[in-house]
Amino acid sequence: MESEVYSLCFMCSVRCPIKVITKDDQVKWIEGNPHVAGMEGSLCPRGAAGIAFLYDHERVQSPMIRTGPRGSGQWKKATWEEALDRVGGQLKKIIDEHGGHSVALGERTQLATHVSKTFLKAIGSPNHFTHDALCKGSVNTAARSLFGYTDAQMGIDYKNTRHIVLYGRNIFEAIEVKGVRALTEALEKGAKLTCIDPRVSITATKADRYWMIRPGTDLALNYALIHLILRDRLYDAAYVNRWVSGLAQLQDFVQPYTPQWAQQETGIAASEIESLARELAEDKPAVIFHYGYRGANHANEIYQRRSILILNALMGSIEAKGGIFFKKGPGEVGGKPARKLTEQTFPEITKPRFDKVGTPDFPLPDPNHGVAQMLPRAILEEDPYPLKALINYRFDPIMSIPDSTLTKKALDKLDLIVTIDVNYSDIAWYSDVILPESTYLERTDSIQQANGLKPQMFLRQQCVTPRYDTRPGAIILKQIAERLGTGAYFPYTTMEDLVRWQLEGTGFYPEDFRSKGFVAYTDKQIFWDREDSLKFKTPSGKIELVSSLLEDAGFPSFPEYESMPSPPKGQFRLITGRCALHTHVSTQNNPYLNEIAPENTLWMNSKEAARLGIKEGDMVTISSSRGSGEMRALVTDLIHPEAVFMLHGYGHQSQAATRSFNKGVSDAVLMENISDMIGGSPALHDTFVTVTKLEGTATGTMGGR
Amino acid sequence: MSKYYLSQDTKKCIGCHSCEVACKSNKDLPVGPKLCEIITVGPVFIGGLPKAGYTFMPCFHCEDPWCVAACPTGAMRKRDKDGIVFVDPALCVGCKTCMSACPWGAPQWNPETGKAVKCDFCMDRLDKGLEPACVTVCTTKCLQFAPAEKAPKIKRERYAKAMTSLE
Repeated sequence: MESEVYSLCFMCSVRCPIKVITKDDQVKWIEGNPHVAGMEGSLCPRGAAGIAFLYDHERVQSPMIRTGPRGSGQWKKATWEEALDRVGGQLKKIIDEHGGHSVALGERTQLATHVSKTFLKAIGSPNHFTHDALCKGSVNTAARSLFGYTDAQMGIDYKNTRHIVLYGRNIFEAIEVKGVRALTEALEKGAKLTCIDPRVSITATKADRYWMIRPGTDLALNYALIHLILRDRLYDAAYVNRWVSGLAQLQDFVQPYTPQWAQQETGIAASEIESLARELAEDKPAVIFHYGYRGANHANEIYQRRSILILNALMGSIEAKGGIFFKKGPGEVGGKPARKLTEQTFPEITKPRFDKVGTPDFPLPDPNHGVAQMLPRAILEEDPYPLKALINYRFDPIMSIPDSTLTKKALDKLDLIVTIDVNYSDIAWYSDVILPESTYLERTDSIQQANGLKPQMFLRQQCVTPRYDTRPGAIILKQIAERLGTGAYFPYTTMEDLVRWQLEGTGFYPEDFRSKGFVAYTDKQIFWDREDSLKFKTPSGKIELVSSLLEDAGFPSFPEYESMPSPPKGQFRLITGRCALHTHVSTQNNPYLNEIAPENTLWMNSKEAARLGIKEGDMVTISSSRGSGEMRALVTDLIHPEAVFMLHGYGHQSQAATRSFNKGVSDAVLMENISDMIGGSPALHDTFVTVTKLEGTATGTMGGR
Repeated sequence: MSKYYLSQDTKKCIGCHSCEVACKSNKDLPVGPKLCEIITVGPVFIGGLPKAGYTFMPCFHCEDPWCVAACPTGAMRKRDKDGIVFVDPALCVGCKTCMSACPWGAPQWNPETGKAVKCDFCMDRLDKGLEPACVTVCTTKCLQFAPAEKAPKIKRERYAKAMTSLE
């Protein structure tokens, strides 16, 4: 008998709603949830590879305890009792000797994040962190500095936009199905797409305007755009007068940043910058300057992200149809959100966080996420105190945090490394104990509170019983907590219990999710009235160009622009990005995805390559001050001569993942661990590399993109 | 001529390979055989803009298929009711003659079964009133599938739209 289960994908972090067909406890088919507008069966290639993930025998099949040196691959298969007792026992000893704050837990933000936070709060540790800082820490801070909301509380109305500007945001390769569908629809209706990227991505091939900007200079371009928009009064005056404060200061600040000046810095003709500003002004407020991901990631990223959001504010696109909106929660329609375990009362925590977020040393990043890339230094320098244990919950510090050598050196100092993962990731391979999690198709998960123009709740429902000896992460954490004496904070035995507990008081029940996979608080889109009821959460209630958040912490709102240096002769700026087939560092070993995109290649400009005697398909050595690797060259005119590009997520060192092992190079091996010390993001594009032809190797052909 | 019409709006395609992966998932295929494929040409700069072509290549279900003519066992067949060309695994002996005969590489080798396998427009799904896997899952809905009698209408709508945008 076939049955249908509505659930949520988890091949990446987007959580697209899916319909799963099962038969005899096997998954036969997965498609986008047909009941959800904008899905209608659609799924990206990663989502479509979900069955291959479920049945992959190379994922972690049972708890594993290390028997040889870390990273040696010597393991002993363990029972859950044995593994949990080992982890619980060692953690208890560490907590008793060094305090709960010596334990840290890092994860990829997910539905059970409230469970992980509860786990740490219960033992008195402030050291919960997510991958978010690595992805968009400065976007979050920039959004709070202007609107009082985080970027996660904002959404984009792609469908109705008339012009979207993307700064390296590779929408058609870093796929979020609903977003892609909505933007495709807008483009069909005639919306314009401007793509600014030193490398031609698939997104660039869909653009009406493409600028191969000099790497690192997005901020200069934006200052010139702001200069023009203010000089020629191209902004939405009614909106700006009502909702924006600090315009005069901004106007003074951008005075020197003319399009002619920006032309020198960015390589984009002043006349072209002028025409973009005018086109956008005609389409305002249904315009979007995309604030998220990629773009120039440098130590001043906070100001780049602010400049993008300021452009939106000037065009009046914030809370406009076809622009950017604030996500509405159930409170807007008198509903209640699902409960979280973190709503309980916990022992008071007086210690600062390991990354010092929230202290005068690092005041502004969001303490809800922390700053992951500070971990290696905190461990090595024992500053602010020694860390002894690290729990990785499907987050891989080795491949995600820049400078893998430094990260490994830090990990070596820890007494205990535990990894909860579905895959043999590099961090699982380097751990003391691996606690295997059931895949998203094998477990029910916590409620997804999906705020937006229409607040809704979604449920990831178990489709089949676990194929191997695995458990849901929220159960694993509860079972460790029981061994630490903090089990009372976890009032459930099964995930279904937890869901029922979460739904108490909302008026909804688990059964309500069966027929379509979600419940809605309202059927109408909620936009706030732009005339007089926008609810900015800044102290002034306005969009603060002169930011109280920044200035109160001692940072300027408008620091003078510092020119981005070109790489020294013979070197390149390393930039990285995505392809449609992989998520972060987690899918490279999937049989189907690996088949199409098995390894990454080094994109380099044809003229530069010719100068170095490198031909298409040659093996090259790429080296930085931090490390080096060997990979094939992709010689092309589609990249700026100052940059080289590689896809993120390759070069796995976990030998249990045989398909991805040693394929390509990990960008984390090469990158320096540098941060935007105001916003919190890592400066992923601040590393210079040298490239040399690897002698004695034959010119090959390219596999995958 | 097949009684179905499968079209790709190349302007909407983002070359994501979702179709290929869904096809393999639905047919439970190992690494190796691909019953449809996205062929990317480019990007190259045209008039100052980078442009690329993303072409969807399933089996074309020929009017007079060479694979069917070449098959020595009668395993490769054309379905009477709708012209779909398919392999009957019970009759296939894995001789690969169909693979040599097809100029498009449509029949593929399944190393797990030792038999030929090819795009059959997901007959199993069609017979249940569903669309082929690639079409259902397509990220941008650039693939369209319809009974042949509706095909000209799809085309006309597309041309009409193109004409409007030129005006």
